[in-house]
Amino acid sequence: MKRKWNWPLWVGFVVAVGGLFSYQFFIQFPSTRDFPWATLLLFGVGAVLLLVGLFRAFGRPQAYRGKVFGSIFAVIALLLFTFFSYVTFYVLRQVPLSAQAPRVGEKAPEFSLPDQNGKQFTLADLLSPNGAVLIFYRGHW
Amino acid sequence: MRSFQKRSSEFKARGVQLAAISVDSAEINRGHAAKMGYTFPLLSDADAAVIKRYDVLHRGAGPKGEDIARPAEFYVDAGGTVRWVNLTENIAVRARPEQALAAIDSH
Repeated sequence: MKRKWNWPLWVGFVVAVGGLFSYQFFIQFPSTRDFPWATLLLFGVGAVLLLVGLFRAFGRPQAYRGKVFGSIFAVIALLLFTFFSYVTFYVLRQVPLSAQAPRVGEKAPEFSLPDQNGKQFTLADLLSPNGAVLIFYRGHW
Repeated sequence: MRSFQKRSSEFKARGVQLAAISVDSAEINRGHAAKMGYTFPLLSDADAAVIKRYDVLHRGAGPKGEDIARPAEFYVDAGGTVRWVNLTENIAVRARPEQALAAIDSH
């Protein structure tokens, strides 16, 4: 008897791989970036589908394909999820403490820096009439 | 920074100037500002002297292992006193403009 195509394995694997790459898109929006719930949801959907596929493959191997490639898919998906979690919950959180950064109530240190047009700005230049928001950022690359 | 640019008129209405600081050169900043449509100054702190003064240096965190700034945001009032600080614990999570606007309004 010809065994049936075990579609949840394939769809689950594609969704899990898509989950990893989806963060490139979701990182643009604060609501899906600050906590990556949309990406984790995709991983979750992929995991459920892969489990369904594996249950079929191992539970009724005479009816469904996928014992070998389903296991490979599941291991790859798990590795991708581990990698994603490592980056978002560990690597991105390796930020210096900045214990000496100016605190509320302290004077902000003076500076004089050139802008994108070569015009020099001091902190004092920026403060009129009602102060300034200084945004330190990692840079463009 | 894009979100701050989008709401830059609300900062302007409050008389508050936006300014961004990184180790990027003025030349890189010129291209970056043109591409992204930033209308506020992108200040170039190439030797990270100001970044160190504010203690927001992230050693070796650049793409080639350079010292760069960690994300951090400050609201400094007209008298030069810091009124709001945001030091994120996650590089990908930056302050949202509404947080800064709320800090300005409550001051």
